[in-house]
Amino acid sequence: MKILVCISNVPDTTTKISFTNGDTTFNTAGVQFIINPYDEWYALVRALELKEVQGGNVTIIHVGAADSEATIRKGLAIGADDAVRIDAEPNDAFAVAELIAAYAKDKGFDLIMAGKETISYNGSMVGAMLSELLNLPFVSMATKLEITNNIATIEHDIDGGTEVVECPLPMVISANKGMAEARIPNMRGIMAARSKPLEIVAASASDKLTSITGFTLSKGRTDCKFIDASTPEKLIELLHTEAKAI
Amino acid sequence: MSVLIYTEIAKGKVKKSSLEAVNYGSRIAAQLNTTATAVIVGDADLADLGKAGATKVLKLKNDKLTNFDGQYLTAAIEQVVSAEGATIIIFAHDFTGKEVAPRLAAKLKAGIVAGAVDNPTISGDSFTVKKNVFSGKAVATYSITSAKKIISLLPNSFPIELNGSAVEATDFAANLDTITSPIKVKEVKKVTTELNLPDAELVVSAGRGMKGPENWGMIEELAKELGAATACSRPVADMHWRPHHEHVGQTGVAIRPNLYFAIGISGAIQHLAGVNGSKTIVVINSDKEAPFFKSADYGIVGDAFEIVPKLIEAVKHFKANHN
Repeated sequence: MKILVCISNVPDTTTKISFTNGDTTFNTAGVQFIINPYDEWYALVRALELKEVQGGNVTIIHVGAADSEATIRKGLAIGADDAVRIDAEPNDAFAVAELIAAYAKDKGFDLIMAGKETISYNGSMVGAMLSELLNLPFVSMATKLEITNNIATIEHDIDGGTEVVECPLPMVISANKGMAEARIPNMRGIMAARSKPLEIVAASASDKLTSITGFTLSKGRTDCKFIDASTPEKLIELLHTEAKAI
Repeated sequence: MSVLIYTEIAKGKVKKSSLEAVNYGSRIAAQLNTTATAVIVGDADLADLGKAGATKVLKLKNDKLTNFDGQYLTAAIEQVVSAEGATIIIFAHDFTGKEVAPRLAAKLKAGIVAGAVDNPTISGDSFTVKKNVFSGKAVATYSITSAKKIISLLPNSFPIELNGSAVEATDFAANLDTITSPIKVKEVKKVTTELNLPDAELVVSAGRGMKGPENWGMIEELAKELGAATACSRPVADMHWRPHHEHVGQTGVAIRPNLYFAIGISGAIQHLAGVNGSKTIVVINSDKEAPFFKSADYGIVGDAFEIVPKLIEAVKHFKANHN
């Protein structure tokens, strides 16, 4: 089974966010980048578990500049067999999907996986777009995935509950919490990652349909009003009269 | 040119997030002096669609749309877009919006902003709209440069206004004869709680400070008295004290209710990422150094096992005086 897992390079959750160039560019100075957690913990780790049982090959694909190589190597250290980096700035979801689709269309992947969204731009778009561009079935927000005789059985989150579906491969799946547990790369994995193949592909034509013109930092909360533990009824009163929340 | 809004029915009524989307789309249509067409699947009282500002209501008809399948729904909406000459398409940023809006965007080559939080700014050919990025730590302004544009609206971004008047719905027969989805639905498990967490206006959430699942009775009672949904932190879901669908935070559900109660939750940044859009945050924790107090509007330092029962009594008392 040939599995392709799409990974994004995102700032670690604890990063302090700032912008440069008149608040038009994300300031990457001093920022620790990681594999997007949904791509890593859920999509990539589940892909590796399936491969370990059934055999096959797991390729990770990333759209980004050369500075994302450390993130790609981490994916290889966790256990992916090989990696592809499409050399382009990932600044529009449709353009990213077009680039991945152009690469994947004639490679015979049985399964293409992505996280349900990135923790940076929170778009939740690339998996769905890939399915349309490649004309493959798509199941979003998968929380469980089993594959038997080339048929995927997937449990996924839907509005107000969950649904179990079956679909023959090939297909595209976006992964949500529950697919797998996090894996930490061991020393052998890290050493092996250094010599695993990383193919760099020149960007094909793509259509950028959106662009970011500026950023503003969200205003955090400044003052917490404390209520004495002996009079919690005061809280209910303030929630009504002041916050107008009840 | 027109504005099309995709809407849905849940529990026999038009969904709240759908009415927000209709409000939003009708404001854009008014600015562009065009029609705001709401499209819906299924049967219910649709008067609210007109009241929310739709000037035209279409009922999408095809047997293949009985169960949700993104492939059928995307194709059907594409037919409506074409028939109506829609150039701006609005979704709610919910489960359907997250799946169908990007699929439609890829089909139409339409630029999409997923999870918008403000009205777009339209001036000549310039079309910009804001959305939250970096898990709510910043807001980005996106420019959409394609001819067709898609926006999915983050739920709870605007209060609902129902000042319009009902319009007669007409049927729209989608033709899906040439499409056969390979996806077979084997089982649907609906969550039995009455309140759907992402839609809830009030949420009572608790964490490891509750010490064990056997102590959740008071959390459920406080939620019941407030008419709130219950939620929990990640460790609580991971230890199976509470079901996985209650987990709010970065890797769980992201919510933005009017009021969020965090009881015995320290406030790790991953948790805050899923709740910092809440309008009012109340934190109850025995540790006065808990980081959550820095992101709270109201705080009580103390033992939840003493405070929560008193709060339940206070809410009962409040309700008795305000009904």
